[in-house]
Amino acid sequence: MSRKLFQVIKPGLLTTFQDLGRTGYQEYGLVVAGAMDDFSLQISNLLVGNRRDEAGLEVTMMGPTLKVLEDAVIAITGGNLSPRLNGKPAPMWKSFAVKEGQLIEFGQPMEGIRSYISVAGGFDLPAVMGSNSTFLKAKIGGLNGRALEKEDILYGNEDVHAVTGRSLHYDEIPKYQKEVTARVVLGPHQDAFTDEAIKTFLSSNYEITPQSDRMGFRLKGPELTHKTSADIISEAIPLGGIQVPANGQPIILMADRQTTGGYTRIATVISADISLLAQAAPGAVVRFEEVSVEEAQEVYQGRESLLRVLDKVSK
Amino acid sequence: MKLTYHPLGDTGIQLVFGQTISEETNQKIRIFTDLLKAEQIEGIVEWVPAYTTLSIFYRPDKVRYQALLEKLERLYENIQRGVAEAASLVYEIPTYYGGETGPDLNFVADHNGLSEEDVIRIHSSQDYLIYMMGFVPGFPYLGGMPEEIATPRLEEPRSKIAAGSVGIAGSQTGVYPLETPGGWQIIGQTPVKLYDPEREQPILLTAGHYLRFVSVSRKEYEDIAEAVRLGEYKINSKEK
Repeated sequence: MSRKLFQVIKPGLLTTFQDLGRTGYQEYGLVVAGAMDDFSLQISNLLVGNRRDEAGLEVTMMGPTLKVLEDAVIAITGGNLSPRLNGKPAPMWKSFAVKEGQLIEFGQPMEGIRSYISVAGGFDLPAVMGSNSTFLKAKIGGLNGRALEKEDILYGNEDVHAVTGRSLHYDEIPKYQKEVTARVVLGPHQDAFTDEAIKTFLSSNYEITPQSDRMGFRLKGPELTHKTSADIISEAIPLGGIQVPANGQPIILMADRQTTGGYTRIATVISADISLLAQAAPGAVVRFEEVSVEEAQEVYQGRESLLRVLDKVSK
Repeated sequence: MKLTYHPLGDTGIQLVFGQTISEETNQKIRIFTDLLKAEQIEGIVEWVPAYTTLSIFYRPDKVRYQALLEKLERLYENIQRGVAEAASLVYEIPTYYGGETGPDLNFVADHNGLSEEDVIRIHSSQDYLIYMMGFVPGFPYLGGMPEEIATPRLEEPRSKIAAGSVGIAGSQTGVYPLETPGGWQIIGQTPVKLYDPEREQPILLTAGHYLRFVSVSRKEYEDIAEAVRLGEYKINSKEK
């Protein structure tokens, strides 16, 4: 049974439905999209008793104002954008009840820039190619392929598992800072760069520029020099791939990246650190630290184990 | 020859099949992708064939890098032994050339000192290899267009090109899967939707197969367009 959950009073800067992405279609040129900070989305889902891959709202910088149309249980995770419920600070990383007529609002971004809102039972949305992720450029997924707009009504499914007061242990809550260390696996085109460039890349500070969005983060810092050319024959590009065009300034490819590209890539950010990067605002500083594939996969496994434990507890 | 590969972070691996764009390299990737599909290795999420590479994305909690690599190497040995052969399909793309929906046919003809009929004949008598898909959903990167009809892009790109438009840019030809701006010389239009997010099979073409444009009359175009609207159209394909 579908029910009216929220009315959008103010849409916020960029509020979209996202799940863990539209996988399986990259070979046809279809962009994956999905939550920029997939860790926070999975946690917000688990806190309200949802499946990890249920769609939630991704709120960017300046959050929306939502009027509650029917009692529900929600959780807000990710960046702290000063969420409020009826004028009082709302909890983060914890499920709580919202009552008909109440207002969910956001204020100043305090830490991080993207929040996630999950509702027990999940939002009721038509899946497009197996996913509810909004991909704005192709106008698909989420709510009619677009960001929330004023007066939109958001529908939810009947909730079955709703529990309030479930929270994430303090130690597990990510800390979002103005300086981010992103671990990387070098390559695949590290041979296209001078030895000096690799050294520079792994030892310098890069600043996230304002030309950064869901597609990619353009960085500014010491130039990375190619041996001969910055171009390659087009090939698939992974999430977190760091491409370096001829100007020597790296670009980290994020959720809405194109499926293929023709620039050399010096390294790939490991998946666990994408969530931290996703919370970094323009002006933040990124440093890169090399790890092996095996080390990166240990980190992946650690995070996966945590999510599985929480998943079990929440059922 | 040993398999060349690179990790793509902790969730991807790239296999390299050659250094230059060639049909032979692309066919190897096709064969490998078919084997990979049949093998159904646990943990593999998806793959993306390109001109010279095949990128595979996987879940490290299901299969680790080394274990996956060993499986991929075994598959590669099978290819080396010539066990598998590519069964390539040729998809037929019915195309109405010229007229309002092919406004640049005349320019392409003039530019190459040909008649419009010549351009249509040459353009529709080739099997074009789909090297890879990308750029926008469902866009095929095609190889093999004869130089006789090569034509530079428009000096001023159009702000809107209809979905289904068939165009030429330099020595490339292609079809626009959705309405986008673009600078290709538009010589015709197909009623077939290469990309339709609402369809059970949202994207019609697959890399490694071939595509052939088939010249149709306005009447045939309308009939196919109607069948597409009703969801009754099936794309023709045959073994190459």
